[in-house]
Amino acid sequence: MREIDVDTIKDVVEKLFIEANYNLPEEVIKRFKNALGEEESPVGREVIEELLLNAEIAHGERIPICQDTGLAILFVEIGQDVHVTGGNLSEAVSEGVRRAYQKGYLRKSACDPFTRRNTGDNTPPILHEKIMPGEQIRIVAMPKGGGSENYSEVRMLTPSDGVDGVKRFVLEMIQRAGANPCPPITVGLGIGGNFETAALLSKEALMLPFGKRNEDPYLGELETSFLGDINKLGIGPEGYGGTVTALDVHIKSQPCHIASLPVAVNIQCHAHRIKEATI
Amino acid sequence: MEMRRIITPFGEGVVEELKAGDKVLLSGVVYTARDAAHKRFVDTLQAGGSLPLEIKGQVIYYCGPSPALPGRAIGAAGPTTSGRMDVYTPTLLALGLKGMIGKGKRSQAVKEAIVKYRAVYFGATGGAGALLSKAVVSYDIVAYEELGPEAVARLVVKDLPLFVINDTSGNDLYEMGTSKYRR
Repeated sequence: MREIDVDTIKDVVEKLFIEANYNLPEEVIKRFKNALGEEESPVGREVIEELLLNAEIAHGERIPICQDTGLAILFVEIGQDVHVTGGNLSEAVSEGVRRAYQKGYLRKSACDPFTRRNTGDNTPPILHEKIMPGEQIRIVAMPKGGGSENYSEVRMLTPSDGVDGVKRFVLEMIQRAGANPCPPITVGLGIGGNFETAALLSKEALMLPFGKRNEDPYLGELETSFLGDINKLGIGPEGYGGTVTALDVHIKSQPCHIASLPVAVNIQCHAHRIKEATI
Repeated sequence: MEMRRIITPFGEGVVEELKAGDKVLLSGVVYTARDAAHKRFVDTLQAGGSLPLEIKGQVIYYCGPSPALPGRAIGAAGPTTSGRMDVYTPTLLALGLKGMIGKGKRSQAVKEAIVKYRAVYFGATGGAGALLSKAVVSYDIVAYEELGPEAVARLVVKDLPLFVINDTSGNDLYEMGTSKYRR
């Protein structure tokens, strides 16, 4: 049994959220550069140039990539041979988030749903925990803005809707979102499971690397074909019109009830901020 | 792209000359206000009160910046989604608001009010908060400080890069751009 102190967890969480908000992942920057070659609209290309420059300024001058530094989403995989010592794991995660948003000059965006009163420290985080084999803790930090999350949805389709129904739903969502979620977007699709797992699968799908296709050849082809369909909508970078509306589409799927076809669409803005560490 | 420099408050006829799709560099004073501040504006007006700023001729930036590092004017300062302000906007346009800066499409009612009251809606690049912050010279809170990032602040900006989205002729860059590239 390996012991990991909560102080280590606090430090790692703090660092992950600060770094994620200041440094756009290298693979996102690479994807922007490819998009410059793909985008047919001159205005669209100009927007992508601005995004590249923005990432450079954020990194070089330590200004957050976007003022919406997000709710703090965490996926924590805990090895079953780990013993967390010195305190409570979820409190440690909250403390790491609190410190990151304070020390990192990040915006506090968490508030009460009705009074709209800000909690003041960007807690509580959205924490997903999973028990895994092994004696390590893997933490993935994903600060995610409200603009893209607002255009996400779970819909309980019926089996007869089939793949065409899924496609109609996805295209309808993206069409309706238009410029609002800051395209070029990344689309996470959760298909199957039940109501809540579909949503979770769609979030996990966003964490997959660009260009990685689903191992199931049918779903892999579906990802490619959905990406093509989305990019025919004409929305383009920032919605000013163009041929690069989405950077990628990822599907995660699992079996569902014989009566159901749950589908979740989770949209991520171009500022695809994600950072992970393994303790 | 060709860029035009404009200064707030807008002089006679400037708003009418701006056309959807134009790229502009805006300098002068703009006020930040987003969800909570807009609600307060309209609640105050409905209760017979007056706004904490003279709105006539002004430009509102839908922005809730991140905190400034010591020695800097502001943190990241990009736009938020404008559509959430749509329910409040026609009231402010009727009072003489001349410009809005944000991202994302507006409702039909807002677009009609833009035409009716001769105003303009600009788009700033969403998610480019670091880049846009470079155009902010100063940030001073003028109302609702307790709202934190949602407080109303007076910003002095220099060469803030924007696109004209909705103009006084009823054009909409989002619709024009999308229909051009839809396959």
